[in-house]
Amino acid sequence: METLVFGLLNGVSYGLLLFMLSSGLTLIFSMMGVLNFAHASFYMLGAYFAFTLSGISSFWIALFIAPVLVGLVGAVVERYGLRKVHANGHVAELLFTFGLAYLIEEVVKIVYGKTAVDYKIPDLLNFAAFQVYGASFPAYRLFIIVIAVGMLIGLWYLLKRTRAGLIIQAALTHPHMVGHLGHNVPLIFMMVFGIGCALAGLAGVMAGNIFVTDPAMAVQMGPIVFVVVVVGGIGSLEGAFVASLVIGLLQNLAVGINASFADIFGFIGLSELSEVGRISISSLAPVLPFLLLVLILIFRPQGLMGEKEL
Amino acid sequence: MTFRKTAILAAATSVMAMSAAYADTVKMAFIDPLSGPMGPSGEAAYTSFILAAEHINANGGVNGNEIEVTGYDNKINPKESLVQLQKAIDDGARYIFQGNGSSVAAALIEAVNKHNARNPGEEVIFFNYAAVTPAFTNELCSFWHFRFDAHADMKMAAITDWIAKRDDIKSVYLIGQDYVFGQAVASAAEEQLKEKRPDIEIVGNELHPLAKVKDFTPYIQKIISSGADAVITGNWGADMQLLMKAAAENGSDVPYLTFYGGSKGAVSSLGEGGVGLLYQVTEGITNLDADDEQYALIEEYKERFPDYDYYYHRAFNAMEMFVKAAEEAGSVDPIPVAKAMEGLTIDHAYGQATMRAEDHQMQQPLFISTVSDDVKYGVDNIELGWALVEGGTIDMASAEQPTTCEMERPE
Repeated sequence: METLVFGLLNGVSYGLLLFMLSSGLTLIFSMMGVLNFAHASFYMLGAYFAFTLSGISSFWIALFIAPVLVGLVGAVVERYGLRKVHANGHVAELLFTFGLAYLIEEVVKIVYGKTAVDYKIPDLLNFAAFQVYGASFPAYRLFIIVIAVGMLIGLWYLLKRTRAGLIIQAALTHPHMVGHLGHNVPLIFMMVFGIGCALAGLAGVMAGNIFVTDPAMAVQMGPIVFVVVVVGGIGSLEGAFVASLVIGLLQNLAVGINASFADIFGFIGLSELSEVGRISISSLAPVLPFLLLVLILIFRPQGLMGEKEL
Repeated sequence: MTFRKTAILAAATSVMAMSAAYADTVKMAFIDPLSGPMGPSGEAAYTSFILAAEHINANGGVNGNEIEVTGYDNKINPKESLVQLQKAIDDGARYIFQGNGSSVAAALIEAVNKHNARNPGEEVIFFNYAAVTPAFTNELCSFWHFRFDAHADMKMAAITDWIAKRDDIKSVYLIGQDYVFGQAVASAAEEQLKEKRPDIEIVGNELHPLAKVKDFTPYIQKIISSGADAVITGNWGADMQLLMKAAAENGSDVPYLTFYGGSKGAVSSLGEGGVGLLYQVTEGITNLDADDEQYALIEEYKERFPDYDYYYHRAFNAMEMFVKAAEEAGSVDPIPVAKAMEGLTIDHAYGQATMRAEDHQMQQPLFISTVSDDVKYGVDNIELGWALVEGGTIDMASAEQPTTCEMERPE
């Protein structure tokens, strides 16, 4: 029971973080038609900017300024990089983002060094929010949930309930039509790219201090974000939301399970001493998202809620 | 014009002074992670070796030769380490230091054995300062490998002796990194606890991926819900720090008995909550009584490398032993040095240390220490530091473990 409660709490907070990251990626995909390989790098930039800003001012200022800065970097990348490359087709765009990811990583290494920086949780939130079964739930994780839900509502409102959101949605699917109606489509694309990057930056601000802020964080987060986007259905925000929560819960709950393969498949004669029987479920936790990815691609290639086939 | 002449003259004399002072350069290669999540562990050791070499050079070097330590970043990847080893050998290094990760050490031992068999006259020696899988000085022992750190069974014996005396500990949780070292720690703990305290129940035996986990919260909550009275872990580097970070956040308040609680950041992650909760077994801590020379060294290290703390005492021991062996052998060539090192004893700041000839395992006193707020030297740039626990000194004879090594020596 304890394991379940903890797994749910941590799974939700991790899942919401994943959503913060993947919502931007999925938005950008619907716009460009290709995956942005550098997306997790913007997540890393968010964490590093927040580290610098919280050093010279405070975490609370960093919380607002860092995502904006990341968004601006993203907008500049779109305006002066991607837009030029776009003329040469999807492969060029893909390669561009691929190279950009490496570039950002190397720049971060030069500026901040190759090892992790000491980006700390603010003292104001460094306490136990509540106790369950003898373990305490950190207030900061509760804060993550609050911020993520706030962001979710804000994003939903922007896209579905405002005129700007209406134009963005139209521009994503029918850019030429929207252009003919007199809207500045390139500007819309730049804004969408910037907002997507800012969301990744916000995730970096929130996650950099509970995880580790080091130059490898982008490479480590990248694959999981792609899994979320593909499982959810590329281009679908709702799908990304569901997939984030599913993957967050799956990973956290799996670590909490004490059983091994032998316990589960013992009835077909799998011995506890055999190589396969000894594998424990908890040691499989890091693999599960990728297993899910493979299964989804086989049985439901368009993803949970996606419309397009890959 | 005169200025340029003087400059050239000055440069020439300084070159002459250099060549007059040192006969030759002894090149030593330091192959360990210098970037990535385990980077700080490598960096802290690298800086220790650099400082030790500087001190030796300032005292006239080793047999009149200058020591030069060069770092090679292996990203704790065994395959990458072999590339770096080859690079180091090509650069002229005959002595290799490595310690972070037994998976890497295993690959290096094999590579060094092969290299030495194929290139007689160009042998290299592997000085292992921290990879503590017992097998390296047992079934896998090699003449070309020397270990300066106490191995996992020795450290575990110290931990289990401590647990055996604590009647309030009825259940223990084992957590470690999923590779050869973590597995060795877990099996040593199981075996020794069964022998010393058969009544203790092992309520969990968990292995997590090495240097991959960013958030240990689910693991900590498993520990809490298991109701364990103590936790034993061999985690090091970022895995140690993040485990402690999660323990502090989730309010886990049982003793953590560790090999590497001294890893950078572990103490500061726990803060005041770590007092009397985090324990480690090492070959020395800065807050032991020592002579002024040792205190001066600790302070010099901190001043030179403010990001780290004096932790790798064994790096200085290894260098001291190398110098003594080279002096006894009257040579800086690998085979004479290795032979002189067998059975060699040095006096270091915290006692004696002997390189056991049978298996090349350093025998030395061990110390169990815990986090305290009443110390001379803090760590992680905070007030808290390591203090010896009562009865925490294990003398050299008690720390000794038998070996099954049957070593083949060159002619």
